[in-house]
Formats: sequence, structure tokens, C-alpha cells
Amino acid sequence: MDKPLAAMLAEDLDTGFTRLVTSHQNRLYAAALALTGCPGDAEEVTVDAFMRAHRALRRYPEQRIRELRVGAWLYRITVNAARNHIRGRRQATAHLDGVAEIAADGRLQPEVVAERAVDAAQLRSHLVALPRHHREAVVLRHVRGMSYAEAADVLGRPVGTVKADVHRGLARLRAALVEES
Amino acid sequence: MEEMDVTRALREIGRVEAPERLADRVLVSVGAVDSYAMVDTVVGQLAVAHNHRGVSGTMRTADSALFERWFSDRVGRLAHRVDELPQRLSTAVVEQISGDKRHALRYDLRELTPFERAVLEMTQRIPRGEVRPYAWVAREIGHPAAVRAVGSALARNPVPYLIPCHRVVRSDGMIGNYGGGGPIAKKAILRIEGMQPEEFDVLRSGRRLSGSTSTRIFCHPTCHNARRVTSRRRVYFRSVDEARAAGMRPCRVCRPVA
Repeated sequence: MDKPLAAMLAEDLDTGFTRLVTSHQNRLYAAALALTGCPGDAEEVTVDAFMRAHRALRRYPEQRIRELRVGAWLYRITVNAARNHIRGRRQATAHLDGVAEIAADGRLQPEVVAERAVDAAQLRSHLVALPRHHREAVVLRHVRGMSYAEAADVLGRPVGTVKADVHRGLARLRAALVEES
Repeated sequence: MEEMDVTRALREIGRVEAPERLADRVLVSVGAVDSYAMVDTVVGQLAVAHNHRGVSGTMRTADSALFERWFSDRVGRLAHRVDELPQRLSTAVVEQISGDKRHALRYDLRELTPFERAVLEMTQRIPRGEVRPYAWVAREIGHPAAVRAVGSALARNPVPYLIPCHRVVRSDGMIGNYGGGGPIAKKAILRIEGMQPEEFDVLRSGRRLSGSTSTRIFCHPTCHNARRVTSRRRVYFRSVDEARAAGMRPCRVCRPVA
């Protein structure tokens, strides 16, 4: 069971893919939720990302699967799926009642819900309102806790650019939150 | 809001779990889950999972949560409940367990090691109604010293009742453990398959081999050749050496080990 995931996928796609889904669903869902701002959309994006990943794995030659850095690859697919989804619904509108929905739907630890309810809801709506590049960089770096190098790898952009996007994104969020209070 | 607070709040909103149904939705639609249904058999209700490769898991239980947990721990995939198995498969399962008919069922044993697979394949050669000791399986697969490993492999049989690991018993005549539901269940299925109560007594008493004074051949006591011997002609031995010392040769059908 402790075999690297890429090797498992190469040897037996069904079993490896089951492990891939169970071990990555929370991370990808969290990223999708921060990118789309709405639990329903986040679920669709995550499912879509996993389906794309499975289609790709069925097509890839074995060697390519063995060399895959699965985590970064899945985030890349998820970010793309979120872009398509957001484009599809025209404008990203955050659900301001998102917190209640997440608590009921996304199984958030209940003790943390109360104390940060207001902030989280505000933050999500401001996050969704950010320009796409800023939002993606902030989500990977701060919601998912990646290093700049990891985030740059996922986004396929230079580290310096991602760093600048994160800083600009944070500055905008801070400004929006100040303005609101 | 300070920068520290913004980044902390961002980290906080990342602490969510995906909805419970999400993994199921994905795995069912890509076909990476196995389907299972409950089947009524002579041993009771049996949960039977399968996929395109064959039967992948069985458990004697009516508790679907228990089966699903066991299946994902054992096999590493999810089992998805369906109303019924394909007709041909459920008929084959029922008839194979009741002994009405032998079917060439296909099994999906991909999570097992080659050794474990060899053990399970060998148990399928033990005729219904007969038993062999662990040491016999070990010898037949070419690893005579691996008796304990045979025991572990049998305990990991993902398809008990269909691959008849219950037909392997301890060399000292104890019935031995059984993944399909403990020694009582093991004894019950062996009774259904035709083992006689006095044959359990023979095994338990340490009479590991039985020979005929007329043919001068010795067998495992449940070998069909041994069963034909009249009690007047039957003698028991504790080991192959003892039987040979009495001037007997081993049966070519059951190839006794003890």
C-alpha cells in the first residue's frame, strides 16, 4: 500500500485511481472551492478534474505515468477545470451564504465555523472577485500552502510572476476588506 | 486587516473536506469501482463483488457497511451496491457453492502476490467434500517449508466459499482458522460439502493418514480412495514414515503429506 502513487497507477489503473481520488479529493476540492467560491461549483470542478485525469491516464504510455508528479499535475488539471467552469457561467459570483452551505455540505469542522464565519464569507467573495491570475496564485500559495516554486510549476508561469501576482492579490484583498469594515 | 490575518484566514478557508459522495461519483463514472450484491446461498447470505475481470470479493454477511469497509481495506477499491448481479454470475455462484454444478468462474486476484495466487489455485484442486493439510498445499506448490505462509495466504483469500480455502485444515487435525467466518463456519461448509462427523473425529485424533491392508496404499483420510476402504481393512498412521515402515505406498491421487 505504500508504493508511490505513480507506480500504482502505472501497474493497475483502477486501484491506483481509487487511491488517487481518496488521497487528493479534499485538497483539490478546497482549491476548487476557493477558486469558484461556491460548493456546488467546486464539486463539479473537482469531479470534472478527476474525470479528465482518468481520461489522460488511460491514454498515457506507462513510462509517462511512472514519471508523473501526480500532485502538481492534478492541481494543474483542477485549475484548468475551474477556469472553464467560471468561463461557462459568465461571471464568477460568490455565494454570500457560502459558509452555511459549506458547513452543511463540505463538512467543515464545526468549532471553527462560528468564530470566523463573517471573515470567511467576505474573504471568499473578495477572492472570487480578484483577477484570475491573482486569484489562482493566492489560492495555491495561501489556501493550499504551496511554495512559490510549486505554485509556479502548477500554473506554468515564472516564479517571479507568481510572486508578484500573490502580492498584488493579497494587497487587493486587504484593501477590499478594509473598505468593507 | 493585517497581512498576517489575511493569510491566516486564507489558510482557514482551505480547511474543508470534499462532500462524501464525491469519490463515489467519480469512481462509479470512470468504472473503477466493483459492483456487489447480496446472493442467497446454502451457506447463507453472501456479499459478492465483481468487475470485468471476474469475482473480486466475497463475504458471508448481510451487512453492506461491513462488507464495503472490508472490501476497500482488502482490495483497495470501492464496492458499489447494485440490486443484483448479472443472472449468469449469480446462478454460477449459487450452483458452485451448493455443489450442483461446477462453473469456470473467473476471479480478480490482482492484489495478491504470486505466492498467494499459487496457494489459492492449488486449493481449487481439492475435490469437494475432501480436505488436505496446509503442508500438502505447501508441498504441491513447490515450497514444502512454507507451511505458515500457506496459512497466511489462505487467510487473505478475498473470495472464500468460491475458492475453497475451507478445504485446507491444520496438519494436527484441528480445523484451523477461516477468513469466511471462523472455525464454526468452516466446519459448516465442510459438512455441506459432504464431510462426515466421524471424519472430523479422525482428523482431530491425530490419525492423519489412512491405509488399506489389502491394496497397501495410504491416503489422506478424506481422499475418495480412502473412503472406499472397508473399516475391517483400514489402518491409520500419524506420518508418511510410519506408513512406509508398514510397507505401504502413497496414493497417486491425493499424494499424502504428514
